[in-house]
Amino acid sequence: MTSITLKPSAEVRYVLRLADAALILSQRLSEWCGHAPVLEEDIALTNMALDLVGQSRALLTHAGQLHARAGGPSYDEDQWAFLREERDFFNPTICELPNSADDAAHVRSRPGDFAFTVLRNLMVATWLKQAWTRLAQSTDPEIAAIAAKALKEARYHQQHNGDWVVRLGDGTEESRARMQRALQRLWPYVSELFEDDAIDEAAAAAGLGPRSSELREAWDAEITAVLAEATMSVPGQSPFRSTGRRGVHSEHMGYLLAEMQSLQRAHPGTVW
Amino acid sequence: MNVLPSAPVIPLMIGGEPQAIGPIELAGLPDLHQAEDRAWAVLHQVLDPEVPALSVCDLGIVREVRYDAGRGELSVWLTPTYSGCPATEAIEAAVREALHAAGFQRVKTELRRAPAWTTDWITAEGRAKLKAYGIAPPAHLNAAPDGSVPIRIVRRSPQESVACPRCESGDTERLSAFGTTACKSLWRCRACREPFEHFKPI
Repeated sequence: MTSITLKPSAEVRYVLRLADAALILSQRLSEWCGHAPVLEEDIALTNMALDLVGQSRALLTHAGQLHARAGGPSYDEDQWAFLREERDFFNPTICELPNSADDAAHVRSRPGDFAFTVLRNLMVATWLKQAWTRLAQSTDPEIAAIAAKALKEARYHQQHNGDWVVRLGDGTEESRARMQRALQRLWPYVSELFEDDAIDEAAAAAGLGPRSSELREAWDAEITAVLAEATMSVPGQSPFRSTGRRGVHSEHMGYLLAEMQSLQRAHPGTVW
Repeated sequence: MNVLPSAPVIPLMIGGEPQAIGPIELAGLPDLHQAEDRAWAVLHQVLDPEVPALSVCDLGIVREVRYDAGRGELSVWLTPTYSGCPATEAIEAAVREALHAAGFQRVKTELRRAPAWTTDWITAEGRAKLKAYGIAPPAHLNAAPDGSVPIRIVRRSPQESVACPRCESGDTERLSAFGTTACKSLWRCRACREPFEHFKPI
């Protein structure tokens, strides 16, 4: 099935960055369905995936309207999710990383590493919570409404995953070592979340939402507090910069999309 | 969107007695508030598919009902409970179906996201029904005027206690932060040893 193409629009890009963060992390979390270490966490991970996919559906639907306003087709949520090329996804790279602190292990034992999963969830939920808090004041009433709802969900995700990070970080030798590995693996991908570009400037000027950099201070304070509780320390800055939000993804993204999109690509327009 | 084709004759429930009337008579009801009241009465019978102890009205998700007498069209505004709640679409369909069956030929349902749904909108009657059904009802939130709720990122002490819906004991513990649906968590009572669900306050 032919891929959809995007009109250049800062507004659409701003909304897609958020929608894709929720969508792609949801896709990763869904890999745990039926495989989590205990039943309670299986339910937790899939429920969080469900919240995230709901948030992305609302944002993608709205992106369709903004895209029409920019002179393009009014794509629906399914077209956005299933018919876009990799370079047209704008999630931060951290969301697409496999559920593992090391790639080789991921290949051997899917769905992967629980410590990595809960730490990434904590990082992304804390980031989204800050974003939703600010977006609830957006000049775009639909975005404000979506954000006010999603904020309540992000809070619960942050709390649940924070509990696990503390329990594992301040746990046994083994759990602590695995949480430490997860932290080393994830930390280089954090910088990208808070980097500003022209899209941020346009959104801030229009009152659509905050610049990425404006979320850093609160994020740092909250993550540092949880890591301290987990008796872990914040790693040093890394020179590495990931670029998913510009559409340039890691080597993992293509495989994720292949799995997520294969049905609609093979059987266009299929519905439940 | 969401307007189903109208049937030529639909039984209309008035005082419990089905009467066959056509669309013109319905559109010509003397008082449009009467139509809206009747729609509310119907909606009180539409159950949440995932928590069938509650009607959509008990749950507080019906935000507004408006009848346009000129067009003979009933509009119902619903608010989703959780962003990803898979029951949202099923509820919309159930609402339309029940209203059609009650004689409203043109029914439109729309989602209203703002203000965001809160468990504070579950009615007192709804809370009583939840408890009778074995689900501990949500506590009222101590929400600030802007709707924000104080939250600790890291809990030092266990969750605040939730009373067992069966034996009323406060000696309970949370087993799972997430439950069978997005809106519930799973608990157990140490006194009567029964597991139970808790409707999470949001």
